[in-house]
Amino acid sequence: MDLFEYQGKQLFARHGLAVPSGEVADTPEQAKAAAEAIGGTVVVKAQVQVGGRGKAGGIKLAKTPDEAYAEAKNILGMDIKGHTVKRVWVEAASDIKKEYYASITFDRSAKMPLVMLSAMGGMDIEGVAEEHPDALARLHVDPLIGFQQHDARWLIYHAGIDAPAQKGVLDALMKSYEAFIALEATLIEINPLIWTEDDRVVALDAKVSIDNNALFRHPDLAELQESVTDDPQERMAQERGVTYVKLDGDVGIMGNGAGIVMSSLDVVALAGGKPANFLDAGGGSNAEAVTTALEVLLSDPKVKSLMINIFGGITRCDQVAEGLLAALDKLGATLPIVVRLDGTAAPEGRAILAERAPDNVVIEPTMLAAARRAVELAKEAS
Amino acid sequence: MSILVNKDTKLVVQGITGREGQFHTLRNKAYGTNVVAGVTPGKAGQDVEGIPVFNTVRDAVEATGANTSMIFVPPRFATDAIFESLGAGIDLTIAITEGIPAHDMMRIYTHLKRGNQTLIGPNCPGIISPGEATVGIMPTDVFTPGRVGIISRSGTLTYQISKEIGDLGIGQSSVVGIGGDPIVGSSFIDILQRFEDDQDTDLVVMVGEIGGDDEERAGVFISENMKTPVVGYIAGFQAPPGKQMGHAGAIITGSSGTAQGKKDALEAIGVEVGTNPTEVAEMVKKRIG
Repeated sequence: MDLFEYQGKQLFARHGLAVPSGEVADTPEQAKAAAEAIGGTVVVKAQVQVGGRGKAGGIKLAKTPDEAYAEAKNILGMDIKGHTVKRVWVEAASDIKKEYYASITFDRSAKMPLVMLSAMGGMDIEGVAEEHPDALARLHVDPLIGFQQHDARWLIYHAGIDAPAQKGVLDALMKSYEAFIALEATLIEINPLIWTEDDRVVALDAKVSIDNNALFRHPDLAELQESVTDDPQERMAQERGVTYVKLDGDVGIMGNGAGIVMSSLDVVALAGGKPANFLDAGGGSNAEAVTTALEVLLSDPKVKSLMINIFGGITRCDQVAEGLLAALDKLGATLPIVVRLDGTAAPEGRAILAERAPDNVVIEPTMLAAARRAVELAKEAS
Repeated sequence: MSILVNKDTKLVVQGITGREGQFHTLRNKAYGTNVVAGVTPGKAGQDVEGIPVFNTVRDAVEATGANTSMIFVPPRFATDAIFESLGAGIDLTIAITEGIPAHDMMRIYTHLKRGNQTLIGPNCPGIISPGEATVGIMPTDVFTPGRVGIISRSGTLTYQISKEIGDLGIGQSSVVGIGGDPIVGSSFIDILQRFEDDQDTDLVVMVGEIGGDDEERAGVFISENMKTPVVGYIAGFQAPPGKQMGHAGAIITGSSGTAQGKKDALEAIGVEVGTNPTEVAEMVKKRIG
């Protein structure tokens, strides 16, 4: 789960990490009121989960509350790389002496946290890593020992952090790691972490991702989860707990198991078609699960045909067939549906469909044949 | 004829009295797996169709000599269950549970690699050595005894490929589902090494998917350490970046972890990679049929 900047900063503040004082605003009026409450020059920042906000005009300085009103009016509703700005964060402007970079990531390859620090902050860190690899200090943390002060010092010396800022950066790193552990984050990135004219070290941005699997231990964080998608099918799938990802093709796909669904998308593409989505109906693909899945798929007007690819393991194909019939009965879909059933109780499942399914349901014996047929039928329909 | 699970397996099931735990334990037993014990705190003295239940894994090991554990408890208790199994000295722990937090897995993994015990999973379908034993949730009738080893991050895709290979008259020595999470106890490399050392495995099929760099690392390992031929398959060519495709671990981050990158890395060191499960089966047939 990715958090917005303002959510990250609020969590930082709770863990003792210095952030500029600020408030969220959903309207220009609220932005003006926030600017008044904060006092002095403020920054109005678009809250979208995408990089390059500044260049897109989503971050503006405002010297007065009226200017804050005007900037917020401009920014709210703005489209930044496909993300509509629905909220701004208004914060006190900072006097920046220097911009640093700090992050803690869940390093999947090393299977431990990786802390990175650089004196070259405020820019694209992948570029820094490529062009000035020595400028990015990197240190893995033993998760059973934790992040110690000597680790932070090592990073600070190797990153070349300016002497007057070292104490502040050390404190920021220690608190960031505490937050990383307490929040069960998979990413905490502060770019820039600034050294101010009055020698404070402050997090000027906050990129925080939380491990979805850990949310059961963090009900307060789970509540922060906002639907960030504007796509109607993705929203519907989220609400109904269906594992779904929208793609831009016209062959709708459903299967049982992440691997077989990914493979189905690939096979449809190999057959010359374009998959419309990823949908994993899960292990127990009963009537209810099939109905829910089909409702999501059928609500996409771009979908011209469906491929249902089931390999029955614990899932029984006869139950999937019954589920499909019940779903079709309820939803009354007329588009071509190509079904491939294999594994446990597959002959029974195929017999049920052959006998009772409407004419738009086509049975194919293999995954490849089903993909080819679904692609053909989608082409015929468009 | 196999790796990891076989006739010497003495299985204890953590979470045996749960609905899923009980169902799969009995299926494993019916296949021929020697299930010696179950563990559910507070239920010592009970039994599940003759399998004695203990309060702790340590008690179960002392009473029965169990050497393998299957974990079937919900995610919020699974970390504790894995540490309990490791603490009781179990050689091989197989965690079926999906949804264990990543921070827990970092700690488990770091602890695990300081010793000599083995963890398979979590978020995996388990292991089968056809004709000998199975531990997990795999549909056993898809598999037949033979000389091909299979390693996979995905359950259903494992069944699909095993069946396609089976349809061509080729069976498996062992089939290992390593799990779909970002951190799993055993990587492709760990299992490739075991198949390389197994006299009865003539070829290995490695079934990967998007996310992480486990397949790329396996490629390096294969080129440097393996005489046994390997055939690959990678799922997720159509997956867009930044989207999780079902498995917690199946996600392309930035430009890394793509299916094409993995395929290229494997092909560069001479591993054939099939474009679909049927083609993978044909490649296997061509090599050893």
